[in-house]
Amino acid sequence: MRSSVIIFPGSNCDRDMGVALKKFGFKNQMVWHNDQSIPKSDLIVLPGGFSYGDYLRCGSIASKSKIIKSVIDFANSGGLVLGICNGFQILTETGLLKGILQQNKFLNFICSNVFIKVKDKQNKYFRDLKKDILELHIAHNEGNYFCSDDELKSLEDNNQIAVTYCGEDGTENETTNPNGAIKNIAGIFNNNKNVLGMMPHPERMIDKYLSGEDGSLFFKNILDNFK
Amino acid sequence: MEVTEAVAIDHGLKKEEFSKICKLLKRTPNLTELAIFSAMWNEHCSYKSSRKHLKKMHTKGKQVIQGPGENAGVIDIGDDDAIVFKIESHNHPSFIEPYQGAATGVGGIMRDVFTMGARPIANLNSIHFGSPQHKKTRNLLRGVVKGIGGYGNCIGVPTIAGQTTFDESYNGNILVNAMTLGLVNKNKIFYSKAAGLDKPVIYVGSKTGRDGIHGASMASATFDDKIEEKKPTVQVGDPFTEKLLLEACLELMADNSIIAIQDMGAAGLTSSSVEMASKGNLGIELNLSEVPCREEKMTPYEIMLSESQERMLIVLEKGKEEHAKKIFDKWNLDFAVIGKTTNSKKIELIFDSKKVAEIPIDLLAENAPIYDRPWKKTKLPQKIKFDKDEFKSLKLSDCLKKILSNSNISDKKWIWDQYDHTVMGDTIQKPGGDAGVVRVHGTNKAVAASVDSSALYCFSHPLTGGKQIVCESYRNLISVGSKPIAITNCLNFGNPEKEKNMGEFVECVEGITEASKYLDFPVVSGNVSFYNETKDKGIKPTPTIGGVGLISDYQKMLTMDFKTEGNLVYVIGKTDGHLDQSIFAREILNEKKGPPPTVNLFNEKNIGETVLDLSRKNLIVSCHDVSLGGILTALSKMCIKGKKGIKINSLKGLTNKYEYFFGEDQARYIVEIPKASLKKVNDILNKYSVHFDELGTVNGQSIEYKDDINLPIEELADTHKYWLKKYMDS
Repeated sequence: MRSSVIIFPGSNCDRDMGVALKKFGFKNQMVWHNDQSIPKSDLIVLPGGFSYGDYLRCGSIASKSKIIKSVIDFANSGGLVLGICNGFQILTETGLLKGILQQNKFLNFICSNVFIKVKDKQNKYFRDLKKDILELHIAHNEGNYFCSDDELKSLEDNNQIAVTYCGEDGTENETTNPNGAIKNIAGIFNNNKNVLGMMPHPERMIDKYLSGEDGSLFFKNILDNFK
Repeated sequence: MEVTEAVAIDHGLKKEEFSKICKLLKRTPNLTELAIFSAMWNEHCSYKSSRKHLKKMHTKGKQVIQGPGENAGVIDIGDDDAIVFKIESHNHPSFIEPYQGAATGVGGIMRDVFTMGARPIANLNSIHFGSPQHKKTRNLLRGVVKGIGGYGNCIGVPTIAGQTTFDESYNGNILVNAMTLGLVNKNKIFYSKAAGLDKPVIYVGSKTGRDGIHGASMASATFDDKIEEKKPTVQVGDPFTEKLLLEACLELMADNSIIAIQDMGAAGLTSSSVEMASKGNLGIELNLSEVPCREEKMTPYEIMLSESQERMLIVLEKGKEEHAKKIFDKWNLDFAVIGKTTNSKKIELIFDSKKVAEIPIDLLAENAPIYDRPWKKTKLPQKIKFDKDEFKSLKLSDCLKKILSNSNISDKKWIWDQYDHTVMGDTIQKPGGDAGVVRVHGTNKAVAASVDSSALYCFSHPLTGGKQIVCESYRNLISVGSKPIAITNCLNFGNPEKEKNMGEFVECVEGITEASKYLDFPVVSGNVSFYNETKDKGIKPTPTIGGVGLISDYQKMLTMDFKTEGNLVYVIGKTDGHLDQSIFAREILNEKKGPPPTVNLFNEKNIGETVLDLSRKNLIVSCHDVSLGGILTALSKMCIKGKKGIKINSLKGLTNKYEYFFGEDQARYIVEIPKASLKKVNDILNKYSVHFDELGTVNGQSIEYKDDINLPIEELADTHKYWLKKYMDS
C-alpha cells in the first residue's frame, strides 16, 4: 500500500508518521506542501504539528496551501485521507470534514493517554478491527470538537462518528472526556467514510516500550483491509 | 547623545569600567560603541565575577568531545553518535513576563543545541517559585508552564523531565532553567570559531526588531519596585519561526558550506559577531544597513542591542551564498549577506555608508574586566539535638501523608500534562520518574536525563550542597539503569557583590567540582545567573545540575513502579537517620537549622556502580533513589506508581523509626528483586561490600508496618497526586 505524508511548515509529527507507516509495510513518501501534485498513493496522511504556527486559526493557513487542491481531489475521487491532530484541524478547515476544533475546555494543552471507542466498522479504517476500545495518546490544545445540531444529527444518522473518548471499560461521560468535545467525539468521517480525522495519535503507540501498542493495530488494520 | 560617565552608568557599567574603556580605546566611545561595551562587559556575557572560579571546574574525560566555551557541551555515546546539551537560565525575564520569559528561555537553549548541528531530542526544565501562599506564585507558575509548553510543544521536541520547587526566597525572583539535549553525528559538529579572510557573514532567521534591547544588562541587575517598566526588555518568542530555522539550518549543515555558526542570544548581534571573530582571532565588518529589520528607522545602536529571537549568524564558504539562500527561501526565512571577516582584528560597523563604530575585538573579549570578589565561607551548622521523646506523639502515617502532600514532594502531573512528552516517538520514560529517557532514534541505545537542585542543603552548607546535587543527579540516572556520563550546570545565585552570596557561589562550585571529579561526571557546559535579588533580598543558592546518562540497551531501562507481588525490597546503602534539613524536620518538627546530610563520595560511587551492575544483569526489576522525605516517601512513590502495596519487615536493631524512615542520608537506593535473583543479588552486594537492609515484600494494596502503618495505596495516591491541581484551581 502506497502512502504519502504531507509536510507543512510547522508540521512536527511528519517523521513519526513516516516511521510508523514504514514499520508496518507501507511504501511511504514525504511530500512538501509547495509541490504541485502528490505521487500515486492509496493513502494520504496529514500529520500532526503546528502547521504555519497555528496562526490565524489551527489548520486554516494549511487548508489554503498549494498541495491541498490535490488532497481534496484525491478525497473526492474516493482516496483514503487520514488527518491526525493538526491534520484533523486542517481537514475541517478545508470543508472535507464537518465541524470545528475549539480550544480544550480547561484551557490547557493536554498530553496524555486516552481510551477511545470505535463507533463504526463499516469503513476501510476499522473494518474487522479486533478491539472495540483502543488506548491511544493525545497531545493538543485545540481538540474540543464542536458542530451544529444539524451537523451532529447528520453525523449520527450516517454513522460518521468514528471514535469517541471513553473510559477503559467503554464508559462515555464527562469524566472520560479530556477536552470537552461534543458527544465525546475524538474523530469523524466524511460522508463516504474515506476521509478520517481524529485527534489521538496512533503513530505514538507502536511498540511496547512507548505508551502502548494499540496504534499498531490501527495501522495493520488499514493494510489488512487494503489487501 | 554625548557619552559621559552618567550615560555609561545608565548602561549598567561601573565608573571604573567606563574609565577603563576610555583608556583602552584612547578616546571616549560613541553611543553605539558604549552600547557594545556594556553588552559585552555585563555579568551575563562576560562572567566577570564567576570566571576565576569556573576555571577550576572538572571539565575533562574521555567521554568529552567539547567542554564549556562553545554554544553547548558535546559527549560521545559511541558509534559516531554524540549528545549536545546545555542548561540555561531565563530567570529575570520570566519574573517580569512569565509566558514570554519562559518561552524564549526554551527557544534560546534549543538554538544553542541545533547551532552545533544537532537535532534537539529532549527538553527538561527546573523551575522554582515563591511560597504557594505568595500572591504572585500561582500566576507566575501558570504563565511559566504555558510558556515552556507553548514553545516546546510547537517545535515538536518532547519535554521529558523536570523539577519544580516552592520556597519563599523565590518570592521576588523566580527561577526558570531550561535544558535541551540534541543528537549529532560526532564527525558533523559545527562550532562558532570563524576562520578565513573575506568570508561572507550571513544573517538568517527572523527580522530584527526593538524587542529585548538591554535584555542582557537587565539580567545582570537586581530588581526593585519598578520592574514593570522593564517589560520591553523581555523578548517575544515565535516557535514557528524557530522550527523553520531549525529545519533550514540542519538542511544547510548537510554539506560543508558553513565555516562557523552562532545563534544570536543574549546581546544579539553584538555578542554573536564578537564571539565568532574573537575565537577565530579575526576581525569582522558588518554593514548594518543590510540587516533585515522589522521596524522602520532602527539605529545602529538598536540593531546591535536587539535581542529579537530566532536569528543566527553564519560565516559561510565563499561562493555558497546562492546555495544557502535557496534553502532559507524554501523555509521562508530572511537571508542577508551583512558583512565579511577581515584581518583587522576589529569589529567595524557601517551604516548608511558611514563607519559608525570601530573597536578592537580583544578589548571586548580578553580585556573584559575580571573580578576577584571578596567572599565569605559558610560554617557547617551545629547538628540539632532532636528531642526524640517528642516524636512519640507523632503517628508515622500522619507524618507520611503530610510529607506526600507537601508542595515540594507532591506529584507535578498538572505541569507535565501540559508538555508534549511523547512527540518524536522515542520517549520511553515520561516525566515523573527519576529521569526522563528517550531512545537514540533507530538504535538500541537510550539517553537518560535529569535536572536537580537542593537549595535548602546549599543554603545550609554550600560546600556539602554542591557535592550533594551532583550525587543526586548521578543517582537519578543510575535509578533508570543508565551510566552517568556528564553534566551541565546552571548556577543561580544572589548578588555577587555581597560576600555571603559570593561565598555561596564559590563553595557550591567547589563542591560540584569535587564530586564531579570523583564520580568521573564532568561539567561540559553551563551558565551563571547572578543578581537574583529583589530589594536586597536574595534567593537561596540554587545551582541546578542537568545530568545525562547512557543506556546501551534500552530494554534494560528501569522504572520505579513496583512490578510483582512477592518480590523482595531492599534498601541499598546505609541509613543513619540524618534528620537535620530533612522535610520531616522542616515540615513536621518546624526545625529549619542544622547541617545537610554528609556526602561520602566513595560510597556514592561504590553503591552507584553496584546498582548499575545489578540492573545490567537484569537482577532487579524496579529502582528508585532515596532522597527528599527519606525511605518511606520513596517507598510510597514506588507503591503509588505500581499500584501495589508493601509489607515492611520489623527491622532489627532499629534505633529510632522516625530517623530510619524519614532521614535523608545520601547514597541509598530502593530496589525490587524477584525471588529467583535473590542469591545472585546478595552475592553482588557482598562482593562490593555494600550495606543493605531487607526492607520488605511487595504485597497487597497497602503500606503496612507493624501496628504503626496501614495505609491503602489509593489514599496515599490521592494525597500525593492532587495537591498541585487543587492549588491551581483554588
